[in-house]
Amino acid sequence: MKTILFIEDESSLQRTFGEFLRKANYDIISALDGEVGLKLAKEKKPDLILLDLVLPKINGFDVLKNLKEDGETKNIPVIVLTNLEGIEDVNKAIELGATTYLVKVKYSQEEVVKKIEKVLRE
Amino acid sequence: MKFKEVYQQLNIFSQCKRYGLPLWQCPQFLFVVMGIFTIATIFTSYALGAKYVSDPQIVILIVFLITAILFIISFIITQSFERLAEASRMKSEFIRIISHQLRSPLTNLRWAVDLLVSGDLGKIEEKQLEFFKILKENGSRMEELISNLLIVSRMETEKTTSKKTEFSLENLVRELISKARAFAMSYNVEIKVETARNLPTLFGDLSQIELVVENLLDNAIKYIHPVGDIVSNGAKGNSEIKISILKKDKNIYFEIKDNGLGIPKEEQKYIFQKFFRSENARRAQTQGSGLGLFICKSTIENNGGKIGFKSEENKGSTFWFTLPIK
Repeated sequence: MKTILFIEDESSLQRTFGEFLRKANYDIISALDGEVGLKLAKEKKPDLILLDLVLPKINGFDVLKNLKEDGETKNIPVIVLTNLEGIEDVNKAIELGATTYLVKVKYSQEEVVKKIEKVLRE
Repeated sequence: MKFKEVYQQLNIFSQCKRYGLPLWQCPQFLFVVMGIFTIATIFTSYALGAKYVSDPQIVILIVFLITAILFIISFIITQSFERLAEASRMKSEFIRIISHQLRSPLTNLRWAVDLLVSGDLGKIEEKQLEFFKILKENGSRMEELISNLLIVSRMETEKTTSKKTEFSLENLVRELISKARAFAMSYNVEIKVETARNLPTLFGDLSQIELVVENLLDNAIKYIHPVGDIVSNGAKGNSEIKISILKKDKNIYFEIKDNGLGIPKEEQKYIFQKFFRSENARRAQTQGSGLGLFICKSTIENNGGKIGFKSEENKGSTFWFTLPIK
């Protein structure tokens, strides 16, 4: 079973989408802020990270930068899952090393899972 | 430029009021003050210089004083521009964050309802399902409204951020029609496409043009029948949307024709206005923000094209736009 680290400060979304991912047969580790997310990424080495950008303590961009600078975590694919949709945000996240960028409002849960499957296959 | 627009440009007081800045911080006002002051000083210096020509120290002092005053005014002007730039930056930042904050709970709502409706968490009764669907629909409506407001706000603040690429309008239209097929079917509408052969490609912002075609197609489908008249068994029939794409001079011409409700004559002049919704539109659809056609017009014009329509009540509407070939 593949492990996904879900870094998202909205606990209700953690609950909803976390449940959906579990049903899709993934093992989920939750982090409600950037600091915990970063710590868990280094400790647990998940197969994939789902990352929101607006996060307490350490924001998503800094989490991403940190992950990609660390030799131990730089190869873990990171899917940005956020509701920020400005071109500058997308470009910045991709430049920092995000594998793909998804705007929540434009996707259903099934579609996000399909993207996750695709990234994990690659 | 019309006389009224020229007058508005020259009316410093109304310009400053628009920025919400006090007069002494308003760049336009300060420029006028500086202009008057500069002209006045030229004459005064000349007069004083001629009178005290025997005492150069006084002339130097006067020039020194004038330069200092001009320097202070320029400094204040620069500062007021900085304030304006900062206000604009704050506005963009505000929109960026607010969009995230407003959308996040809506995504949660939609995804939670999806999970419930899927039945994975337990069986849902038919009656419950109906109300979950209402919840979901309204969540989606709110998301759409926020998206439209964001597009409008971005259009007004960042007019130049379009990302231009080469693309085929025909392919884009066909792709959007196949996406809208199920939606059209639920309204019992048939969509036909007619295109000229070997149409040249366009050079423009693909995602922006996609939004325009999507909006026009959506409107044509949604406003084809009066409310309560939507049938799924084909009883109404004869509802047809015809899309044509042609080459006209140095432009690509797109047209979408429906035989739907049409727009009353007296309302036609308002149709591209922000938040305007026609009486017929409101009767046919309670949903809608009145922003779609405003977005279409601004987008087409930003991409160097023209947009228009002709419509007759109860007979249908034809919306068209042109875009320049590369």
